[in-house]
Amino acid sequence: MRVEKEKMVLDRGFSYLLLLAFFFLILFSTNSFAQDPSDTLAPESVTNVDAFDTPNDNGHSITVSWELSSDDGAGKNNVVVYEVYRSDSPEGKFEKRGMVPAGENTFEDQGAKEKDNANYLPSHKNFYYRVRAKSDGLFSDSEISLPAYAYGQWYHTGKTPVLVAVILFSVFAITFITLARKGKLFYIRPLAGIEAVDDAIGRATEMGKPILYIFGLGTADMIATIASFTILSRVAKKTAEYQTPILIPCYDSVVMAVAQETVRAAYLEAGRPDMYKEENIFFLTSMQFAYVAGVNGIMLREKPATNFYLGKFYAESLILAETGSIAGSIQISGTDEIAQIPFFVAATDYTLIGEELYAASAYLGREPVLLGTLKGQDWGKAVVIFSLILGALAASFGFQFFINLFRIQL
Amino acid sequence: MRREVPLLICAIVGFTLIIVYFVPHPPFSDMRDLFSDWFSVIAAFAIYLGILNLLKNSVDKVFRKRSGWGFSIVIIAGFVLFVFIGLYEGSDFGEIGTRYYWLYDRIYFPLMATMFAILAFFIGSASYRAFRARNVEATVLLLAAFFVMLGRVPIGYYLTSWLPEGWRMGDVANAIMTYPQMAGQRAVMIGIALGIVSTSLRIILGIERTFLGGE
Repeated sequence: MRVEKEKMVLDRGFSYLLLLAFFFLILFSTNSFAQDPSDTLAPESVTNVDAFDTPNDNGHSITVSWELSSDDGAGKNNVVVYEVYRSDSPEGKFEKRGMVPAGENTFEDQGAKEKDNANYLPSHKNFYYRVRAKSDGLFSDSEISLPAYAYGQWYHTGKTPVLVAVILFSVFAITFITLARKGKLFYIRPLAGIEAVDDAIGRATEMGKPILYIFGLGTADMIATIASFTILSRVAKKTAEYQTPILIPCYDSVVMAVAQETVRAAYLEAGRPDMYKEENIFFLTSMQFAYVAGVNGIMLREKPATNFYLGKFYAESLILAETGSIAGSIQISGTDEIAQIPFFVAATDYTLIGEELYAASAYLGREPVLLGTLKGQDWGKAVVIFSLILGALAASFGFQFFINLFRIQL
Repeated sequence: MRREVPLLICAIVGFTLIIVYFVPHPPFSDMRDLFSDWFSVIAAFAIYLGILNLLKNSVDKVFRKRSGWGFSIVIIAGFVLFVFIGLYEGSDFGEIGTRYYWLYDRIYFPLMATMFAILAFFIGSASYRAFRARNVEATVLLLAAFFVMLGRVPIGYYLTSWLPEGWRMGDVANAIMTYPQMAGQRAVMIGIALGIVSTSLRIILGIERTFLGGE
């Protein structure tokens, strides 16, 4: 009996043991088939957090850089994003300034320069940074960086190639201006479009028809429009001498005001202020195709003998030039808008291509000093061509240093 | 004084803006925006100058019955109509569903589209004149245009699909656009950039003063 009882106790104990083993087995297997450890463990924090003033700016930005977490692209490979926090003291409250995706290790904390802006970042004030490496719900913070403050620079080092080019070009221009003032004469290649200006004005005079001068859609702050003002002055002086009316429909009211003054001054210069008619220089509209419709109407009604299209032109260039062609006008065009140059070449009689628009005033004036600047421009072009050849050779033979000399940061 | 003061203003503003380009430090960093704001203010006032000029010329034309005075009546009527409806609609005059928007959508917009559509026909007529093989340059232009136009449309592909890749019409068109066209375009751009610098220097240094009157 006793043996049977002991056997029963042993059997029951064995059963409990089995049950316990099964329980542990279940527990163990639950743990072993749970999520990847990378999902339950926070990524390693980033190291070497460095905060420094953003170079070449106005002094309201700090750049933060760090070494990537060892779990970014390797290890647990679970970093999703880096968040950058800032505080004005190491013990203070850190506020989030922004984030960058995994794989990136710099962040520019760009603040506002206005004091009343919520994002204001003052110059010369210390800030501390901390970078948080985040996975899906878990994170780890870096050490706090050393203090850094933003300050403005007095020279943008990334623009040195531009400065060198401007100085070089200015030296050329001033040298040739000085030579011209001393009486040296320069040969300038004749331009058909400029040579035709006198003939075109003469033709209008013979026909008793007006001249139409179009600035295009440029506003007064565009350099092509400014160049056009200088040409208008020369053309207006000749029209005053020949007593030929000049019509100038304007797209921009500031351009209209400047054009009125330019023509008035040119007529005064020519000794014919009585010939000046302010109503011939008028505002049409600031809508592109409404302006085209208005100018086309003038072309077809007034049948001007000569049309000048000098300035900034867009899609309207061909519509204007073709209508002028239908009206039988001699047409002289010029623009620095590259996409429109082919249209003008195809549809007008003479075209000033790109830089010729800027040179036209000096050509028309034939003043030695102005021609001197054109000569300077030619030397500038020679330097550019020489640099292009050297650059092509450097790129072909892998001389990266030479190419880097021309890199510009804006 | 009448010419010296504008020349001085030109020189000061010109040199300041050159400095602004190279100096990011305040107060230079704010000057570009400042000058831009000043220009906007002047331009805003000049808009009224332009409108007044347009109305004055149009009314004058109608009263004097000068050539095309009927068109001036349309200008005045259109101006009055748009201003009146715009003021009547209040600050939301440009919203969809307003009378102003209806006028814009049903009158102004179709007129604009019509003007723009004329461009397609003018491209045809201009091409016809420009692409005649009168000399060597025009022949080169004609050939380049022939290949580029055919290379950009399906028929060019079907006509030359039997050729090995790299010799088809589309490939020839791409080669023309990528090499000779791009090289020419960049040459013009470099010339323009130098021309801009040269013109700016002439104006800033007061050498070019024709736009102020006189040599």
